[in-house]
Amino acid sequence: MNIPYTVEERPDSGLANGKLGIWLFLASEVMLFGALFSTYIILRTGAPEWPHGELNIWLGMINTFILIASSVTMVMAWAELKLHNWARHRMFLIVTFVLAGVFLVNKYFEYSSHFAKGEGPWHSTFLAIYFTLTGLHGLHIVGGMVVMAYLIGPGASLFKRNPDQFVNRIEYTGLYWHFVDLVWIFLFPVLYLL
Amino acid sequence: MDKTGIHPGGEHAHVAAHGHEEHHEELGFWRSYVFSFDHKVIGIQYAITGLLFLLFGFTLMMIMRWQLAYPGKPIPLIGQWLGQDRAPMGIMLPEFYNQLGAMHGTIMVFMGVVPLAVGGFGNFVVPLQIGAPDMAFPKLNMASYWAYFLGGVTMLASFFQKGGAAQSGWTSYPPLAVISPGQTMWLIGMIFLITSSLLGSINFIVTIVQLRAKGLSYMRLPFFVWAQLVTSFLLLLAFPPLEAAGVMQLMDRLGGTSFFMPSGLVVSGKPLLISGEGNPLLWQHLFWFLAHPEVYVLILPAMGIVSEVIANNTRKPLWGYKALVYSVVFLGFMSFIVWAHHMFMTGMGTTMSAFFQTTTMIISIPSVVILTALLLSLWGASIRFTTPMLFALAFLPMFGIGGLTGLPLGLAPSDIHLHDTYYVIGHFHYVVAPGTIFALFAGIYYWFPKATGRKMNELLGKIHFWGSFVCINLVFMPMFIQGLGGMNRRMYDGGLQYAHNAGLLKYNVVIGFAAWGLGLFQLPFIYNFFSSIKWGALVDRNPWEATTLEWSAPSPPGHGNFLTEPIVYRGPYEYSVPGSARDFTPQFEPEGV
Repeated sequence: MNIPYTVEERPDSGLANGKLGIWLFLASEVMLFGALFSTYIILRTGAPEWPHGELNIWLGMINTFILIASSVTMVMAWAELKLHNWARHRMFLIVTFVLAGVFLVNKYFEYSSHFAKGEGPWHSTFLAIYFTLTGLHGLHIVGGMVVMAYLIGPGASLFKRNPDQFVNRIEYTGLYWHFVDLVWIFLFPVLYLL
Repeated sequence: MDKTGIHPGGEHAHVAAHGHEEHHEELGFWRSYVFSFDHKVIGIQYAITGLLFLLFGFTLMMIMRWQLAYPGKPIPLIGQWLGQDRAPMGIMLPEFYNQLGAMHGTIMVFMGVVPLAVGGFGNFVVPLQIGAPDMAFPKLNMASYWAYFLGGVTMLASFFQKGGAAQSGWTSYPPLAVISPGQTMWLIGMIFLITSSLLGSINFIVTIVQLRAKGLSYMRLPFFVWAQLVTSFLLLLAFPPLEAAGVMQLMDRLGGTSFFMPSGLVVSGKPLLISGEGNPLLWQHLFWFLAHPEVYVLILPAMGIVSEVIANNTRKPLWGYKALVYSVVFLGFMSFIVWAHHMFMTGMGTTMSAFFQTTTMIISIPSVVILTALLLSLWGASIRFTTPMLFALAFLPMFGIGGLTGLPLGLAPSDIHLHDTYYVIGHFHYVVAPGTIFALFAGIYYWFPKATGRKMNELLGKIHFWGSFVCINLVFMPMFIQGLGGMNRRMYDGGLQYAHNAGLLKYNVVIGFAAWGLGLFQLPFIYNFFSSIKWGALVDRNPWEATTLEWSAPSPPGHGNFLTEPIVYRGPYEYSVPGSARDFTPQFEPEGV
């Protein structure tokens, strides 16, 4: 059975099913992180004092640039695919995947420096919200990497059978990836700088 | 729709073979009935699982009602099997009472009504009503059912862990929920259930926006589809904050954080060693940000079902279709900004209370518009009193009582007296029990012929209806009296130790017998449901002479639903059109036929 508009756009909505689906999913993600940011604001305004300088700003800044770069390579992967430059598409997608991995390695060093001092999420309200927010964000990075690994590996053969659908999948993955990037753009100043 | 979506088998072959994939590519038993991608199978899976959970959740309450009617007396029949740590010698322990209370609410809301109303009816009916071959993402659809199933299993399993199931109420307010046993499993179960709702709601919205048949514009959608669309948006946007809150409560329990734990807590005489500085009210805000829209998740699909059944059985167009649509959209929007009316007693301040009581009064307007439109639809009709219509008719006054008794709770001054009494329980049960659940029964009797090709027995249906109707009112009406008299809703002994309850205790016995009677009157339904699958009267495509698209498909519809591509020519409720030979003109019938 064929479901209509899985690849082509429906004329009156101007969307394929997957694109509407991913936007709705991102809307729910906004609510998820929105609730956590609200929690941050409420805990911070209610706290007698709020710790400063607990995090390594340089590591955070490097991670910010890594994620921004990975967003750029993600767009490039999609653009090259649209031009049917298969080799360059794969190169950019793999670079995106590697950058995501580097981000997590960096994050590992940050986390372990806290745990080495015995300061886990139980230590203070600040570290509680820090670990929860960055932990959930980290899970989103891992989720994105799983999808990318699939599209680099076993999922890549779809391009031969149905190139349009594969281009769509790369686009939706990109939309998700930009969102994950965007969340970090908010997380960085909120947790590291303010 | 693509040609390949059309089932090759004829209509009669379907009816004879109970309409599954026999004629299509050969799918084994597991792929056809258990791990199916077909929205109809998934819808039926959701509906049956949901009905089983409703029965289970109701059974928990029937046990609790014994303890309230006869505090400290051994529970008859099943008491001896409950075990030493729940009911030694058959006498219920307070901890077990709390578990039953918390799990009754959780099961009825998240595992009973929502899966039946949205997962069951939404999945089965929406694609058929919009002329789609299936949901937009069939695999995601299966995933959402199995996430729900896992969540349900987790919740049930939590009864058997050490310390028992969650016991801090379905609202799980901290600090109590953070320090009491059983809560971790509850939170993990909730995360499964939230994931399921999330996947389901995305699927519904995409299906309704993308897969409507040719000619089916938004203002030609059956009202049920509109209700499901708005419901899906509520699930999509309201559940994530509870997921965030659930993650934080899990962190509080497992990671030692203090999101919801204030400084200086003392438990059992010992100070808690936590970092503190958390905010217990934050949980309440995040919880009710979900749980108030959740109330509308419970009620909107019910309104949708009732609209379909009323239009069909009055043989008239719904009165004020446009008003209904605009009201349901406005209702959905407003439901996001009324949540703190659950929190008037928390000391959050008069400014907050004033804002939220104002929005609460505003949201009652679209609810009243919908109820009035449905009531006016009855005006001057020659009504067919079928079983689904009886349930739909009963919905109107029951939801009316539930809604009107909510007004004193929505106003801060009167809420101070009524808060946390049995009045509150009476109020919201009138909305969801004789309200929503009656509408769901109407839907089951109404769409059963479409799902199985056979009708349910009318006589058994009427016994089920009248028995349930009388009993359920005897359950909930006395609660208003108890609540106005000041009886607290969480008393393990039914309020025995308080002098002001002395005159109110007799109602606990009345409610108990009414609840057990209500249980007995479900037996005709259960028998009717299963026996009609086998022996019910065979029906053709359109046994109710209805106008919407699902009745153009075979009963039951095969894989891919429609034999020819459905095209829509008119609005959803063209009943008794002047000058027409018949009293119904289906959406799928071209002009001049």
